[in-house]
Amino acid sequence: MTTFDEKYTFTAKTKRSLAITLAVGIVLLVVGIFMNMGDGGHGEEHAATAVSEQLVASTGRVVSEAAAGGESHETATWLKRLYTDLWINNMFFVGLGVIGLFFFALQYAAQAYWSTAMLRVAMAIGNWLPFAFLLIIGVFFVGKHDLFHWTHDYLYDPNSPDFDAIINGKKAYLNMPFYLGRMIVFLGGWYMFFLYMKKHALAEDIEGGGIERWKKIRSSAAWFLVFFAVSSSMSAWDWVMSIDTHWFSTMFGWYVFSSWWVSGLALITLLVIFLKEQGYLSIVNENHLHDIGKFIFGFSIFWTYLWFSQFLLIYYANIPEETVYFVERLTTQYRPVFYINIFINFVFPFLALMTRDSKRQMAILKIVSVIVLAGHWLDFYLMITPGVMKYDGGFGFMEIGTTLIYLAIFLWVVLNNLAKHPLIAKNHPTLQESLHHHI
Amino acid sequence: MSGKRFSVGIFDHEDGVKEAVKSMRGEGVKIQEVYSPYAIHGIDEMLGYKMSRLPMASFLFGLTGTILALTMLYSMMGFDWPMIIGGKNFAALPPFIPVTFELTVLLAAFGMVFTFFVASDLKPWARPRMYDTRITQDKFAVVVDLDANSKSKDEIDTMLRNAGASEVNAKNFN
Repeated sequence: MTTFDEKYTFTAKTKRSLAITLAVGIVLLVVGIFMNMGDGGHGEEHAATAVSEQLVASTGRVVSEAAAGGESHETATWLKRLYTDLWINNMFFVGLGVIGLFFFALQYAAQAYWSTAMLRVAMAIGNWLPFAFLLIIGVFFVGKHDLFHWTHDYLYDPNSPDFDAIINGKKAYLNMPFYLGRMIVFLGGWYMFFLYMKKHALAEDIEGGGIERWKKIRSSAAWFLVFFAVSSSMSAWDWVMSIDTHWFSTMFGWYVFSSWWVSGLALITLLVIFLKEQGYLSIVNENHLHDIGKFIFGFSIFWTYLWFSQFLLIYYANIPEETVYFVERLTTQYRPVFYINIFINFVFPFLALMTRDSKRQMAILKIVSVIVLAGHWLDFYLMITPGVMKYDGGFGFMEIGTTLIYLAIFLWVVLNNLAKHPLIAKNHPTLQESLHHHI
Repeated sequence: MSGKRFSVGIFDHEDGVKEAVKSMRGEGVKIQEVYSPYAIHGIDEMLGYKMSRLPMASFLFGLTGTILALTMLYSMMGFDWPMIIGGKNFAALPPFIPVTFELTVLLAAFGMVFTFFVASDLKPWARPRMYDTRITQDKFAVVVDLDANSKSKDEIDTMLRNAGASEVNAKNFN
């Protein structure tokens, strides 16, 4: 009989692998920065500015920053690229963190019982939220003028030659106090909900029995889902879509959410498999994996549906101010990434997870989850880099290095928190149903 | 003698059925089917049923739909009657995707339903075999096809009784 008191030990071996990942990331990042500093020649900068002027001019509007000679004079290309990479990882990992909480809350609100055995894994992922809070606000304050064009004051001054009527028209929403307020409310709100639900979930272990704690978490989960429905969309507009300030898409909030959701599910799967391989969580069997595999399969298709809905409407309407977003990505060096993105986020999981057997085998799930995670990281790369870096963007040691650093710290936080509490919610009222889950 | 002969063991409890299936299959008896008023978890494995190949049929029908839709759209819009719509190419992929998706789903769904009908012998003129009317109420039935087993009727009836059947009936169909 399995014991429900098992606790994960954050072993020295795992710690060492994470430390090595971190060290490799730092080395790659430093090498990448030096390589970028080396070839950031002045002539090249001007050439890039000329092309980006042409590119933005395709919207039919003259954009100040290109006309004024570009911002590259203020910030070095490598630094701008570093901010971009930090922002990509901020967006990707805050998504993973909040999806841990979202998955947890969803199981309560939907009264889903199959997943009870893996709830603690989802809960542990939520511990990233306070770190994400600090990182997002920190990187925003340091790199806001490079990342977000709309943060420049001269855009809103009618007397300035750089006055931008369109951005000025968005001032009621895109202004610094309101933007920062939203950022704090969203990130802070998620963390508050997380702390509340975690408190009750852990108290259940000690008190034992009863449905009171479960009811408290469920009502909190329902409120969180309402809050998250609004905040996930708005944070996607704020943190990702506002990079391309002129451009907008009504699909964008859902698009970012679906990307977060699939990668979060892949991460939960990977952590569960990791724990199972270490000999923990023996109560999670192929039936539970089958269900979470179906989730990854289904929501990969959902992501594609949103991706395509966004693309098709813009393609068909062919309004320059909308198509510029795809022109930026399809006629530049980002073109291969654009196609790889669709292939590994749709075609690959669609075919690989189609059969029943593939969803019930850890080996296949593991491969698919890793690839889906990488794919959705690329998705965020594609959302952020072309908008910030224009023709100066690339993919190299800097991107890989920053991601490895984030990954190592993220996993350290998650595994460290996972080790603090029992792996199984032994007094959870629906644990028995999860044990007998059979499909 | 034409027609099919069956022995139908009637059981009062789910557990009895499971025991009977286990013990009789252990002795090499082939069981035709088990009838129950509700779904019994795990009975498929106990009966040794193979996984259905219906998903594969569904996939192939879906693939047919995809190919059919793309061929149709490309030949119509690209070659048979090219028209400029919205300033796009004659044969442009993105506008074809929704139609392709719909035809894929349509063919996969219909194909799967009709394959299921054929595989389960569910045709309008089919005459269902009713082994016992009480199986929709409170009784469980284990049905053994006598012609598919080498053991005699008496032997099988005895085995059913020993396994806990409250009654064993003979049922013949033409």
